[in-house]
Amino acid sequence: MTVNVMIVGVGGQGSLLASKLLGHVVMEKGYDVKVSEVHGMSQRGGSVVTYVRFGEKVYSPVIDKGEADYIISFEVLEAARYLPYLKKGGKVIVNAQEIDPMPVITGAAEYPEGLLEKMSENGANVSAVDALKIAMEAGNGKAANIALMGRFSKFFGDITEEEWLSSLEACVPAKFLELNKKAFFMGRE
Amino acid sequence: MKEIMLGNKAFARGLYEAGACVVSSYPGTPSTEVTEEAAKYDEIYCEWAPNEKVAMEVAFGASLAGKRSFCGMKHVGLNVAADPLFTISYTGVNAGMIICVADDPGMHPSQNEQDSRHYAIASKVPMLEPSDSKESLEFAKLAYELSEEYDTPVIIKMCTRVAHSQSIVNTGERVLPEAKPYEKNIAKYVMMPGNAIKRHPLVEERTRKLTEFAEKTHLNFVEEGKDNSIGIITSSTCYQYTKEALGDKYPVLKLGMVNPLPVQKIRDFASKVGKVIVIEELDPIIETHCKNIGVEVTGKELFSLLGEFSQSVIAKALGEPEKEACPAVESLPVRPPVMCAGCPHRGLFYTLSKNKLRVLGDIGCYTLGAVAPLSATDMTLCMGASISSLHGFNKAMGNESEKNTVCVIGDSTFMHSGMTSLANIAYNQSNSTIIILDNSITGMTGHQQNPTTGYNIKGDPAGKIDLEALCKAMGFNRVAVVDPYDLAQTDKVIKEELAADEASVIISRRPCALLKYVKHKPSLSVDTDKCRSCRACMKIGCPAISFKDNKAHVDNTLCVGCGVCQQLCKFDALIDG
Repeated sequence: MTVNVMIVGVGGQGSLLASKLLGHVVMEKGYDVKVSEVHGMSQRGGSVVTYVRFGEKVYSPVIDKGEADYIISFEVLEAARYLPYLKKGGKVIVNAQEIDPMPVITGAAEYPEGLLEKMSENGANVSAVDALKIAMEAGNGKAANIALMGRFSKFFGDITEEEWLSSLEACVPAKFLELNKKAFFMGRE
Repeated sequence: MKEIMLGNKAFARGLYEAGACVVSSYPGTPSTEVTEEAAKYDEIYCEWAPNEKVAMEVAFGASLAGKRSFCGMKHVGLNVAADPLFTISYTGVNAGMIICVADDPGMHPSQNEQDSRHYAIASKVPMLEPSDSKESLEFAKLAYELSEEYDTPVIIKMCTRVAHSQSIVNTGERVLPEAKPYEKNIAKYVMMPGNAIKRHPLVEERTRKLTEFAEKTHLNFVEEGKDNSIGIITSSTCYQYTKEALGDKYPVLKLGMVNPLPVQKIRDFASKVGKVIVIEELDPIIETHCKNIGVEVTGKELFSLLGEFSQSVIAKALGEPEKEACPAVESLPVRPPVMCAGCPHRGLFYTLSKNKLRVLGDIGCYTLGAVAPLSATDMTLCMGASISSLHGFNKAMGNESEKNTVCVIGDSTFMHSGMTSLANIAYNQSNSTIIILDNSITGMTGHQQNPTTGYNIKGDPAGKIDLEALCKAMGFNRVAVVDPYDLAQTDKVIKEELAADEASVIISRRPCALLKYVKHKPSLSVDTDKCRSCRACMKIGCPAISFKDNKAHVDNTLCVGCGVCQQLCKFDALIDG
C-alpha cells in the first residue's frame, strides 16, 4: 500500500524542508519513495504544494484528487484549498495560522470563516496545531514547519524517535539543527 | 550509495560520474538545478552563460577541444540555442556533448508549453527521455557514450515532474573517459557549403544507424501485462502515471529514446496486442510516428494536447473507476504569487501605474507587475522582447506613444537578449525610454549570478559589466540611475526621460530584497490614531500590509522596512519600528 502525503502552504513557509525530512525518514525505513515539488514563480507568496508518496513500489510522483491519506498544511486556507485531494476520512494536520492572500489584502475577498469546521463537515479528520506558537517557544517561528512535522510523526508508530532524529540531522543545516530538533519534539508531544 | 535525489541533481551526478569537464548553461525553471548541482563538483568547470545560445556554443567548443561537455536550458531556451543546435548536428562532436532541455507541460513557471521533441526531429539529433531520478543519472552517462559512438550531440529531455521530483538512485564513482585529443579537421568542422553538403548525408546515415540502435537498446523495453486486448506505448513521466493507474493490467512499451523512434519494435509490440494506445503529454509525436509506419493507434482522441497528465487522467480515459474524494470547500479566495515585501520592483511599477504609462514587459519576477493592484504591464512575450517591441511600437505610433510608453527588463534578461535589441534602438533611432530593473541577481529562477553582478556561479568574484558604460558606449546620451525605493526621484526621472527628445535608458537599481547580504530596516508599524483608512498604502500590493478593523495593519514578520508605503501615506500613520 502506498501512503500519500501532501504538504501544502504559502511559498516561503518551508514545505521543501518538510518534504525532504519525510522523504529521508521513509527511505531509511526501506520504503520506495517519490517526492514532487514545484519551484520557481510559485515560491513568491503563492500557494505551494509538495507530494510525498511511499510504499513498496511507487511510480507516479504526484497525488491526484481523492488519493491523499494526509494533508499537512502550514496555513488554514491552503488546507481547505487542497481538500478535494483528500480521501474520504483522510487526515488533515493543519497549522492554525491564517495568512491573508492578496485578494483579501486588497479587499477584493474576505478570508473565509469556519474553515476547520467546513473541512470536518466535508469528511476530513482535522487536527489543528498552533505550530507557529510552538516554534516561537522553541526559539524561532521559522521552525513552524518542523513543529508541524513533529505532530505528524505521531501518526507513524513504526518510525521511532531515533529514526526521526537521525533524518533531522541529515536534512537540517547544522546551525539550525538544535532549534529544529526542539520544535520537532515539542510538536510531537 | 543509495540516496533520494531530485531528478536534476541525479542528472548532474550522472554528468559527474561520466567525467563531464565543462558545463555552461542559462538558468530556467525547471532545468536550473542540473547546473547548480554540477557546480558543486570541483572536478567540473561550470558557468552561467549570458544566454542559451552562448551556453551551447561553449559546450560545443569544449567538446571540440576533447572534453565531455554539457549545456542545460528550459524549453524556450532551446529556441534561443536552435541556431548552433542544427549545425552541431552536422559537425558532430569530438568528446561527448549533452544538451538538457526541460519542458514544462502545465506551464508552472513558463510562458508557453512547447514540445521540445520537435527540435530533436528537426535537427536530427538523438533524444533520450528519463522518467525518474534513477534514469536521469543513468541516461546522462549513457548519452555520452552514444554521443561519442555516433558522433552527435545528444539531447536529454526532462520535464517538470522528472526534473523536480525526488526518487531513489544508486550513485557510483567518477570515471574519466579515454582522452580525445583535438585534431584540426576542416571538412568536419568548418561548415561552409562545400563541407556542409558532405556532412548532410552523414547525418541521414547516422539517423539510420540510430534507428537500428533504437530497435535493440534496453532504453526501449516491453513490460508484459495480464490482458493483451490493449497495449500501451508511452515514455517519460506518462510511463509512471500509466503504471500507477493500471499496474500490470496491460502490456507497456516504454520508450527511453524518443528520437529516432524504433520501427520494428513498435510493429512487433502492436502485433501482439489488440488495440494500441499511445500516452504522451503535449503533441502527438509517438502517435504520428506509429501512424507513419502503418501501425494503427489511438492517442489524442483519448488524451489532451494540453497540460500535464496524471494517474487519474489515464485511469479515466481507460474506463477505470474514479476515487472518492472529500468535496471542495466552496468559494475560497485564490492565492496568486506576489512581489515579495520589500521588492524593489514595487516602487517602480507603482510609479508607472500612477502615471498611466504603457509598459512593455519582459521575463522575470517583474512579470508580476501585471498582477492587481499594480496591473501595470501591457505585454510579456519572451526574453528581450520588451526593448525590441517598444522600438516597433514607437516606430508605428511615433509621437503618440513615445511620451507615454516604456519598457522594463531585468538585469539578467538584458544580458541574455536585451543588448541586441538596445543596439537596434541605438542604430535605427527611436525616441524610446528603456528601463533596466537592476536587482543585482537573476531572481525568478532562484538567485543565479549574471554578467552584471560581479560574481560567478560559485559565488567567487568575476568580471562585472557596467550597465551605464555599456549604454553610453552604444551611443545613448541619456542614462539615468534611480532608486525605486525613492518614489519622488523615480517619478521625476521617468517624466524627464519621457519628455526628452532622444532615447534614454533608466536604470532602476536596488538589490533583490531576498539576497542574504541585503540588510533590512526593522518592520514598520501603524499609528492607528493617525490612520484615516484612506487605503493609499494598499495601492502598491504589498503582502505585508492589510486592513484590520478598518485600519492599516503591518505584518511584522514580512515587513522589511523599505518605506515605499510611508511615502504614500499623507497622514504619517506608517511609522518606523
